Amino acid sequence: MALDRWIALIFVGICLVYGYIAWFNMDSGLAPFMQRNPIWPSTFPKLLSLLGLVTSMIVLFGLEKSEFQIGEIDYRRLHEYKLFQAIGLLALMAIYALTLRSLGFLISTASFLILGSYILGERKWTVMIPVGLIAAFSVWYLVSEVLEIYMRPLPHFLKLGN
Amino acid sequence: MLEGILIGLQTALSIKMLIVVVGGCLIGTFIGMLPGLGPMSIIAIMIPVAISMGDPAAALILLAGVYYGAIFGGSTSSILLNAPGVAGTVATSFDGYPMTKQGKAGKALTIAAIASFCGGTVGAILLMIFAPMLSSVALLFHSAEYFALMVVGLSAIAAFAGKGQVSKAVLMTTIGLMMATVGEGALFNMPRFTMGIMDLQSGFGFITLAMAMFALPEALFLVLRPRTISEGSSNDIKDLRISRSEARAIAPVIARQSIQGFFIGVLPGAGATIASFLGYAVERNIATKEEQEQFGKGSIKGLAAPETANNAACTGSFVPLLTLGIPGSGTTAILLGALIALNVSPGPRLMIDEPQIFWSVIISMYIGNLVLLVLNLPLIPYIAKVLSAPRNYLIPFILFFTLMGAYIGQNNATELLLLVGFGICATALKFANYPLAPLLIGFILGGMLEDNFSRSMQLYDGVAFIWERPMTLGLLVIAAILISLPIWRTYLAKGSRNRVAD
Repeated sequence: MALDRWIALIFVGICLVYGYIAWFNMDSGLAPFMQRNPIWPSTFPKLLSLLGLVTSMIVLFGLEKSEFQIGEIDYRRLHEYKLFQAIGLLALMAIYALTLRSLGFLISTASFLILGSYILGERKWTVMIPVGLIAAFSVWYLVSEVLEIYMRPLPHFLKLGN
Repeated sequence: MLEGILIGLQTALSIKMLIVVVGGCLIGTFIGMLPGLGPMSIIAIMIPVAISMGDPAAALILLAGVYYGAIFGGSTSSILLNAPGVAGTVATSFDGYPMTKQGKAGKALTIAAIASFCGGTVGAILLMIFAPMLSSVALLFHSAEYFALMVVGLSAIAAFAGKGQVSKAVLMTTIGLMMATVGEGALFNMPRFTMGIMDLQSGFGFITLAMAMFALPEALFLVLRPRTISEGSSNDIKDLRISRSEARAIAPVIARQSIQGFFIGVLPGAGATIASFLGYAVERNIATKEEQEQFGKGSIKGLAAPETANNAACTGSFVPLLTLGIPGSGTTAILLGALIALNVSPGPRLMIDEPQIFWSVIISMYIGNLVLLVLNLPLIPYIAKVLSAPRNYLIPFILFFTLMGAYIGQNNATELLLLVGFGICATALKFANYPLAPLLIGFILGGMLEDNFSRSMQLYDGVAFIWERPMTLGLLVIAAILISLPIWRTYLAKGSRNRVAD
């Protein structure tokens, strides 16, 4: 089974769960005055769940004939591409998301940029470290001083100014 | 109209707005040149900056400038490297890259810039004429018609998705609509589908979704398949002049394609991409025999046609956005999201309530086109140096800016995890050839669609509005035809093929 039909199968599942919530779970907490309304909060989701179920079934069973076409990247030969770099960067992004608050903006961003280029195969530390530090500091300066959106620059225990 | 133009001039010609236009165009050109980053990603990245400027007119002008710049930059990388950064400039590379190989890169860039300028300017004039007309009609619309109109828009986007892709596009639109229902609904403010997670109470962030759908997969594709960014960019770009006879040859092409491109751009779902391919095809068919031979080998007409058409179509796509508040393309959908975040609701009332926004955007389109021609063209040889920036540094920065965009918008680290998660899903969808723009358009229109649907349900105490209002019924019938026509045609084609086989 091709990838697009596997994805359609997942969508069937999503629509079933979504539909189950919309049809059976959502109306129980509805206040009596709301029940006199011609439209309930669940009406639109109910329609959507049906539409989604029908279309994902159409894709799943291949009812609409389409010529097979390979996208920009052929996923069946994924191992020939630089898969590990991509996975590494995604993991790095997740780690960045988790450490942004606790490590502060400057440290986490600079290490994100440095490690990012390390994953991509760069080994010139003398360039990577200054680039990462300067970029992190200038973005922080722009965002918090010019745009005035507060971001904690340093970890909890190192306080800058106030 | 004259009064409106004056209001627009007054707003758009202030120093601040001029800086914003110039900055937007330069940033757009700069990033648009990088292969793999389309206008949608660039606009998505720029949204937090635009929103934090606080002034809706300035924000829209900035984003429109970025949009133009991105299309212009995309054509530069198509011409110089045969690596279109944007789908809308693929047709540009057919004749632009052969010209570069013949050593006429400078000439090709000039033709592209002039063609873009004319396309954009004619588009802006047509926009000025048609947008007020359309919005005076749109003032007669009720919520029932709005609901029907949005259904038409969504089905048109699905219908133009391509052969054998209609059901996938409808599915993606539905998923987008479903995602829009997460969070507190318009009706009674009841939280829906939040699974008790507080962070989902206000729904998914639209910037997060836009980044995850466009910027992140494109960056990941750059990682997975390193396109040699730096090849060929070392060629010196010189001799930007074009001769008088060449100018005479491309003038009628530009005139035709500006108008054709504009009207294709107005149609929902058919954006710059379709306009540029169609423009190229039309010009090749009506060219003389010996000129036809030249197409694909470095014809100046073949270069001017898609370049004019895609810029005119970009302008055309603003018509439904500004007059009906319904985006016809992924890019205008992102612009709509930004406007809503700035507390401006585009639609027929925009011209009456906030004329300075409406008109300053149109005036800034002229200025933006002028900036691209006067400022960017001489700078192109220098800007093209960005193409030789090492990929190892570029990609972490692109990823960082996508993360930052989502973070600044919401100031919430959970949003970043959502971004990564959705980004992985979007990449998988892209592998399987699912179109991603319908999902985002569905997500952005979802709230409005449901609001208008509920309002008409309440007014008519049921679904009676569908048959009691002829215009609603008519629009819904059009939507049904739009969806079923491509499916019906593939069935007919299959039937005739089977008969031939018998």
